[in-house]
Amino acid sequence: MNMYEWVEIIFFFVVLLVLVKPLGIFMARVYQGERTFLSPLLAPGENLLYRICGVEKDDEMDWKRYAWAMVLFNLVLFVALFAILMLQHLLPLNPQKFPAFSWQLALNTAISFVTNTNWQAYSGETAASYFTQMVGLAVHNFVSAATGMAIVIALIRGFARRKTSMLGNFWVDMTRGTLYILLPLSLIGAIFLVSQGVIQNFSAYKTVPLVQAITYDKPKLDDKGNPLKDAKGNPVTESVTAKEVTIPMGPVASQEVIKELGTNGGGFFNANSAHPFENPTPLSHFLEILLILLIPGALTYTFGVMVGNPRQGWALLGVMLLLLIASFAVLQGVEVSGNPLLAKLGVQGANLEGKELRFSLAGTNLFTVATTGTSCGAVAAMHDSLTPMGGMIPLSLILLGEIVFGGVGSGLYTMLAFAVIAVFVSGLMIGRTPEYLGKKIEVREMWMSIITILTAGIVVLILSGIAMITPPAAASMANPGAHGLSEVLYAFASMANNNGSAFAGLNANVNFYNILGSLAMILGRYVPAVAVLAMAGSLAEKKYVPPSLGTLPTDKVPFALWLTLVILIVGALTFFPALSLGPIVEQLTMLGGK
Amino acid sequence: MSKHAPEPISMFDARIMGPALLDSFKKLDPRILWRNPVMFCVEIASAITLVTFGMSLTGANREPAWFTGTVSVWLWLTVIFATFAEALAEGRGKARAASLRKTRTDVTAKRLNKPKFGSDYTLVGANQLRKDDYILVEAGELIAGDGDVIAGAALVNEAAVTGESAPVVRESGGDRSAVTGGTTVIANAIIVRITANPGETFLDRMISLIEGAKRRKTPNEIALEVLLIALTLVFLLVCANISPLSIYSVKAAGQGTPVSLTILVALFVCLAPTTIAALLPAIGIAGMDRLFQKNVIALSGRAIEAAGDVNVLLLDKTGTITLGNREAVAFVPVGGHSEQELAEAALMASLTDETPEGRSVVVLAKQQYGMKQESLLPDAETIAFSADTRLSGVNAGGKQYRKGAADSTVAFVKTLGAKTIPSNLEDVVDKIARAGATPLVVSCDAEILGVINLKDIVKGGIQERFQQLRSMGIKTIMITGDNPLTAAAIAAEAQVDDFLAQAKPEDKLRLIRENQEAGYMVAMTGDGTNDAPALAQADVAVAMNTGTQPAREAANIIDLDSNPTKLLDIVEVGKQILMTRGNLTTFSISNDVAKYFAIIPAMLLSIYPQLGLLNIMHLATPLSAILSAVIFNAVIIPLLVPLALKGTKFRPMPAEKLLIHNLLIYGVGGIIAPFVGIKAIDMVVGMFV
Repeated sequence: MNMYEWVEIIFFFVVLLVLVKPLGIFMARVYQGERTFLSPLLAPGENLLYRICGVEKDDEMDWKRYAWAMVLFNLVLFVALFAILMLQHLLPLNPQKFPAFSWQLALNTAISFVTNTNWQAYSGETAASYFTQMVGLAVHNFVSAATGMAIVIALIRGFARRKTSMLGNFWVDMTRGTLYILLPLSLIGAIFLVSQGVIQNFSAYKTVPLVQAITYDKPKLDDKGNPLKDAKGNPVTESVTAKEVTIPMGPVASQEVIKELGTNGGGFFNANSAHPFENPTPLSHFLEILLILLIPGALTYTFGVMVGNPRQGWALLGVMLLLLIASFAVLQGVEVSGNPLLAKLGVQGANLEGKELRFSLAGTNLFTVATTGTSCGAVAAMHDSLTPMGGMIPLSLILLGEIVFGGVGSGLYTMLAFAVIAVFVSGLMIGRTPEYLGKKIEVREMWMSIITILTAGIVVLILSGIAMITPPAAASMANPGAHGLSEVLYAFASMANNNGSAFAGLNANVNFYNILGSLAMILGRYVPAVAVLAMAGSLAEKKYVPPSLGTLPTDKVPFALWLTLVILIVGALTFFPALSLGPIVEQLTMLGGK
Repeated sequence: MSKHAPEPISMFDARIMGPALLDSFKKLDPRILWRNPVMFCVEIASAITLVTFGMSLTGANREPAWFTGTVSVWLWLTVIFATFAEALAEGRGKARAASLRKTRTDVTAKRLNKPKFGSDYTLVGANQLRKDDYILVEAGELIAGDGDVIAGAALVNEAAVTGESAPVVRESGGDRSAVTGGTTVIANAIIVRITANPGETFLDRMISLIEGAKRRKTPNEIALEVLLIALTLVFLLVCANISPLSIYSVKAAGQGTPVSLTILVALFVCLAPTTIAALLPAIGIAGMDRLFQKNVIALSGRAIEAAGDVNVLLLDKTGTITLGNREAVAFVPVGGHSEQELAEAALMASLTDETPEGRSVVVLAKQQYGMKQESLLPDAETIAFSADTRLSGVNAGGKQYRKGAADSTVAFVKTLGAKTIPSNLEDVVDKIARAGATPLVVSCDAEILGVINLKDIVKGGIQERFQQLRSMGIKTIMITGDNPLTAAAIAAEAQVDDFLAQAKPEDKLRLIRENQEAGYMVAMTGDGTNDAPALAQADVAVAMNTGTQPAREAANIIDLDSNPTKLLDIVEVGKQILMTRGNLTTFSISNDVAKYFAIIPAMLLSIYPQLGLLNIMHLATPLSAILSAVIFNAVIIPLLVPLALKGTKFRPMPAEKLLIHNLLIYGVGGIIAPFVGIKAIDMVVGMFV
């Protein structure tokens, strides 16, 4: 890394860590119903909302009611978005006259945005109207994020409360999370992005002549839009010359911030954060990475505050940071060493294919680990173009279960489920019924934690297995061989873990991926979410066991390292065979000089 | 007193190995084995390899028959090793239960028509006795069932139950009224009210507990099983996933063959947490057995595990912390009375006091002050000690002699109209108490004469024990009837963390409740009927075998030696059981790393020769690599059986240190051991392949 990159990376982590505490405290105050500096401004509106919706602020819910409210709310949102996508051609703000989505694509897209996945089997600029983007997708970027946060807050209450079955009011948590946290931060962020050159308009797309005509190779598509392949399985291309270019427009800035802040990741444009209208300058790049990690990071502090010991939060944040920085270091290392096969051909230096060079190699790599470590899935580089080992980093970060900061809320609750498992095994090893934060870990907690951490992995194993032997699924691969396997694995990992980024190269807008992918996203989101709430309910009812010398401290380095180890072992044992047939064999082949 | 624990039976004893071997085959019955879901899956896997072996023989499978056959044999051995480990653990208990059963052979009982000596009786078999029957037991006869002595007193030999050869006194009333079926009356006769129906007696319960017949999984065990089942399911899917992935890869690479069913099944068994699943039942059974060797009967596995979680230990001072019997060492007169006067009153007050303390007062009075009084006047009336008045003494010759704790004696003399209390009494009492001794105030009528200095001797080495407990995070609270000053001095000397002085039964109960409210797990020992409520409230309640029936019923652990320090051993065994489970789980899962490095390159080598680089152990051939992993996975089970039965070594140290220590041994060791083991096996297997 050069001097600029070092400064960029170090400065980034300093800023992130400085923001964790104040935002963490603020969020704790918001969810505990306390007054904040925003209350004078927002409380009247908040209360009005409750009155209109008939929500009793102090009507606390047990885990079942909380879960029902969450599921029903999400169901209604899904239906609304599905309707918008299917009726897009009839709705306003559609200057490009885009037609309605096919029902399979609408289904996939609606589920994708409700589940905070933002897997996009469409291209924003060629398929979605401004109405769809703003009223449909952007709204979900807010509420799906707020849903994740509400669930983790309910879990935290489960740890913090004693001998009660009540976890709080879902509607109040949703309202306060959106109103006090997501909206104000988005507003500030959007204004900053506009200052950097992110566009915000409702204009029709502009067609401008190119300064210089360009000739390029374009993959040939068949009638169904699938890439054509020759006998060897390589894509068929044709030469095209372009003299003018269409520049898409739209209300980008308002959607850009929440895309990152809510770890949604669904880009306004297909190129996502590599597009100059979404991410124009190094400063906007810096801010976007920061926004991705901000809430998941700060939630660890919120957790610490609410359970009465901020060190507990720092310990979890420490684990997340360790994994993130280690991933970054490996990715940076392998990408800088580049491809030895190219080196033989005289192309020296780092692997620059698919990277946005405006943001430096390190800056792009940092975006890559941030967006896959969290369940964001926005991209500033083509993950498909990374070296095999480099590509394994984002893939592994997703396969670990989205806990390296993770999705807003979902990252922390999955991490807490891992902590429960780690506490259980280590508790046995020191000869005590395991307890975490003073709550005994018993059969029910074990079941729920295991369901939380394993559901996505199980879905990936089953669906990727089916895909490999289903002809239409295999036909979608742009690259044959081990790389194709990586692409399919990545696609299901991304959907089941609600990440939403794509390895590219895979044409996912076919029924197989649209429908099985939808299933993966639903299972990956709601099974753990309900399990987490069930665990919260059971934890809240327990009494508190005060710590003694015989209690394993969970806010210190040894436990944090043990937790890291548990996460890595579970991930490695589950995916080592699949990875060895994908990126590992690719890497060995590349190093072997073939 | 001669104490002899049950004869330790070596697990390699032929008397145990033989039946265990037979049992291990009986346990292969799927209807039994499904209770251990992980091993049940392994059994199914083994059955599948039998089929593939058959296919190899007929040529329907392209793998050589020697390979599928050997894999099948070792997979079956994996299951048999697991059932054998359980059978072996049960075997020791069964051998013991058999010797206990002998004592229960057809006993006849004399069932009384009326609960009186001299009443008519009918001879009935022990199995016909029901609750609330009354039986007469005379010298030389076996007591036919559990019960309470309601009349008479007798010497009873309880060796059959406790292994204690010295006979004990059992008498009606008081705290020594409980008798156990199967014990023998040596002298005198007693009438016993039967308190348990046949099949529910202490001996019956003991036998079924030791045999493990009624063993129920503890909550911790179930929680661990949940984890193991989940891991098994994941590995099942991992293996199922490899099949389509390898089919695709064969097409993509244009060479090799997809991974076969035999290899997938072998990989599954290697990855599944078989080591811990195989040893899990044995660990729990062996833990109970270890306690039994220490002469402690846990009435449920849950109680032992709870013992491992105890944070607060209530210990009776007497007999646990101190040597039990306090001795009178001096008479200190107060208020101008002479030593002689005091000695005489003390003697009078203690003449009928049969407690060791009382006798030591008599001895002191006679030896140092030449007192001669041998027996009481005929009109003398004994005032027995009661927990409420906390006074005892004698009314004789028109005078009321009393001795007791300072505040109770002062209160007593005031009720008799005492106007003044000697001014130096408080000083004397304080001085004795501060030195850790017990001041016993002596009065005659309304006059306080002085103080007996009863010296209490703290057991040697007890401080160290408490220090260990403290480092494990267990708080010790001493319970004593002494006044706070005495209690504080002894507490300081013994280094307990806290004490409850002048404790009445309801104080104990309250103390337990308070601690439980604060979230602590409380353990206590007790023997008296008045301990029963507190025992019932405590999470771990150890009753002395010499205790009363209510105390024994309220408890969940019974100490046959009636030695209160046993609680410390019980805590240790409880922790050991959990630790052994945790350590073997970590070991089992860490093993998978090496197994992956053995099997993955081997099974994918034909498709991608580059993966040979992952064969970091340089195993001879793909087939020998897979076989070696399977063999290692099987033989590690019997190798770890001794560890599972003995339990991992327990070291009292703070949680964090202990975790690091165990992680280094079982985590890091668990990663390294199979690399070495598989390589070694491969070197042997490689010679044949």
